[in-house]
Amino acid sequence: MHNPPRGLSLSDPRVRAWLFQILTIIFVVGLGWYLFHNTQTNLQHRGITSGFDFLERSAGFGIAQHLIPYTESDSYARVFVIGLLNTLLVTFIGIVLATLLGFIIGVARLSPNWMINKLATVYVETFRNIPPLLQILFWYFAVFLTLPGPRGSININDTFFISNRGLNMPGASAAEGFWPFAVAVLLAIAAVVFMVRWANRRFEATGEPFHKFWAALGLLLVIPGLSVLLFGNPLSWELPELKGFNFAGGWVLIPELLALTLALTIYTAAFIAEIVRSGIRSVSHGQTEAARSLGLREGPTLRKVIIPQAMRVIIPPLTSQYLNLAKNSSLAAGIGYPEMVSLFAGTVLNQTGQAIEVIAITMSVYLAISISISLLMNWYNKRIALIER
Amino acid sequence: MKMLKSTLAVMTAAAALGLSSFAQAGATLDAVQKKGFVQCGVSDGLPGFSVPDAKGTIIGIDADVCRAVAAAVFGDATKVKFSQLNAKERFTALQSGEVDVLSRNTTWTSSRDAGMGLVFAGVTYYDGIGFLVNKKLGVSSAKELDGATICIQAGTTTELNVSDYFRANGLKYTPITFDTSDESAKSLESGRCDVLTSDKSQLYAQRSKLASPTDYVVLPETISKEPLGPVVRKGDEEWFAIVKWTLFAMLNAEEMGVTSKNVEAEAKSTKNPDVARMLGADGEYGKDLKLPKDWVVKIVKEVGNYGEVFERNLGKSTPLQIDRGLNALWNQGGIQYAPPVR
Repeated sequence: MHNPPRGLSLSDPRVRAWLFQILTIIFVVGLGWYLFHNTQTNLQHRGITSGFDFLERSAGFGIAQHLIPYTESDSYARVFVIGLLNTLLVTFIGIVLATLLGFIIGVARLSPNWMINKLATVYVETFRNIPPLLQILFWYFAVFLTLPGPRGSININDTFFISNRGLNMPGASAAEGFWPFAVAVLLAIAAVVFMVRWANRRFEATGEPFHKFWAALGLLLVIPGLSVLLFGNPLSWELPELKGFNFAGGWVLIPELLALTLALTIYTAAFIAEIVRSGIRSVSHGQTEAARSLGLREGPTLRKVIIPQAMRVIIPPLTSQYLNLAKNSSLAAGIGYPEMVSLFAGTVLNQTGQAIEVIAITMSVYLAISISISLLMNWYNKRIALIER
Repeated sequence: MKMLKSTLAVMTAAAALGLSSFAQAGATLDAVQKKGFVQCGVSDGLPGFSVPDAKGTIIGIDADVCRAVAAAVFGDATKVKFSQLNAKERFTALQSGEVDVLSRNTTWTSSRDAGMGLVFAGVTYYDGIGFLVNKKLGVSSAKELDGATICIQAGTTTELNVSDYFRANGLKYTPITFDTSDESAKSLESGRCDVLTSDKSQLYAQRSKLASPTDYVVLPETISKEPLGPVVRKGDEEWFAIVKWTLFAMLNAEEMGVTSKNVEAEAKSTKNPDVARMLGADGEYGKDLKLPKDWVVKIVKEVGNYGEVFERNLGKSTPLQIDRGLNALWNQGGIQYAPPVR
């Protein structure tokens, strides 16, 4: 350094910068401490129990849908896990279905076919302009609850029953051939992976294409099929049966879940469709012409040239749609689907009265879910980013 | 929308706990007198207890308890403002100071009395949980409800008591919990649930709101004790005493035959020393409560005694047609009993 050492002076911009940063930190930490301390004092003075001990107490109420075993004597902590799983279930199914539907409609909006094009436009303009809560209430109260009761249910081949109690279907449980079958499926998947790698290498080396899809399908059918022939059925099925008030046996998708998933899928798909359309539009027409002049047909042009380049534009806004879907799942409280907000921030909060703890936990959960989705999508975005050669 | 509103309310309340200073004895009465009205938390619409009428005025026995408190404090029963709260919002609203009294068909339990910083001031209505079912199901007893789907309002003692009852009797059930009583009623009508369960008084009220009330029947069983009453914040004994004694005054007035029609005459000319003490003709019993001398006169004049309030809101002349039953006075076969004013 050429500068002679200077004393601490406010005229030095570096000193000022440090000073302001330290002041900001003191202010933020102080504010946080004040809020925390004041809350503690208030809670104590009003005789409101605080702390997280309540999580170990037994809950004592029933829950309509639980993905893990649950009885009323289980703890609030388990209720929390059930609420979390129910939220994740809707989020996961919703994201998968909305992505599929969104891509189809997005591509349809670019279709040269007038009918398909206009239908897709009407879909997008209708569903993205109606508030999601209204759509959920519509599907629940106007569609699923107006279905006939269990006795008059729509009977599909005595295996599936659709009524206002949901979709009853056969339930599977593991039979004698389950483990061999599971192993066979894993083997088949491994075989497919190897086959694809081999085919890709051969294609790069010789340019000879290989029917990867049909080969994979064959492997996936033959290996597990052999296991069934040798070791017997992997699953035994239990049919739903009308008993007393309702169906007994088998699995059931409750109408709350169906209405919520359907509404969120349809709503979010409308946004995803627009994102996909804009992504595809962002790829210059020259790319299509170049692909055509290389002799690629329409299908491969879309799959190998347009979509990979469009993905770079699609992924970031797609991430925000996924986050919106995860957060919108909390609207389920309006129709009584037992997810995080209605179950934990609703029932548990009210039974224990510990608003601050419960709301803090619930907020952290949504934060964690959102950040996880965000990280995953950022990682994927980096992976598919344009590699300049 | 409801959900957004209720989450928002809970979060604001939680924030208020973080920011506000703590409660002191006397603080509530001072604050109420300064702002000039009592802020009262009532239900989101339960006929007979608290429900808006055609003009938007909240009527019902719970609302009248708040009016009586306003009459005692200000001598004017109209100096009350109502906050409509759903079951999930109610306690946080009271804890955070958003309302001064919670008079919202709320069950008195030990955990609510001890762990939540709240205290119950008395019992306005002795209730119990029952079941409302469609006649078509042909069910005549709750014991036959094995495997039923049951609609419940979220955040209530009903959720716990129904689960207890079914467990104790070895029956299975599927609960569907809704935020508001309207949603549960809609689901019962559409057949999503076989049974709607709630406090019996509420079941009669809910039934009167259904499209065809005569298709539904309340089963005979009462599976729990649900004493409903007004709640205040803990730590302010003065305000607690005012709410408690307002309720007692209404009961005592009925017991002594003091009604809204004869109360002013009685106050001037009564020969009964009990009545004279209660109505402020003899002694200064209102003063101890930091209330005007004629507080009971105002309560009874403006709102009525307990019997009048009950008949007006729940009794035979209303669509609910609820018997006094447990809620009759102790000397008339019920268990409503108030300590004396003296």
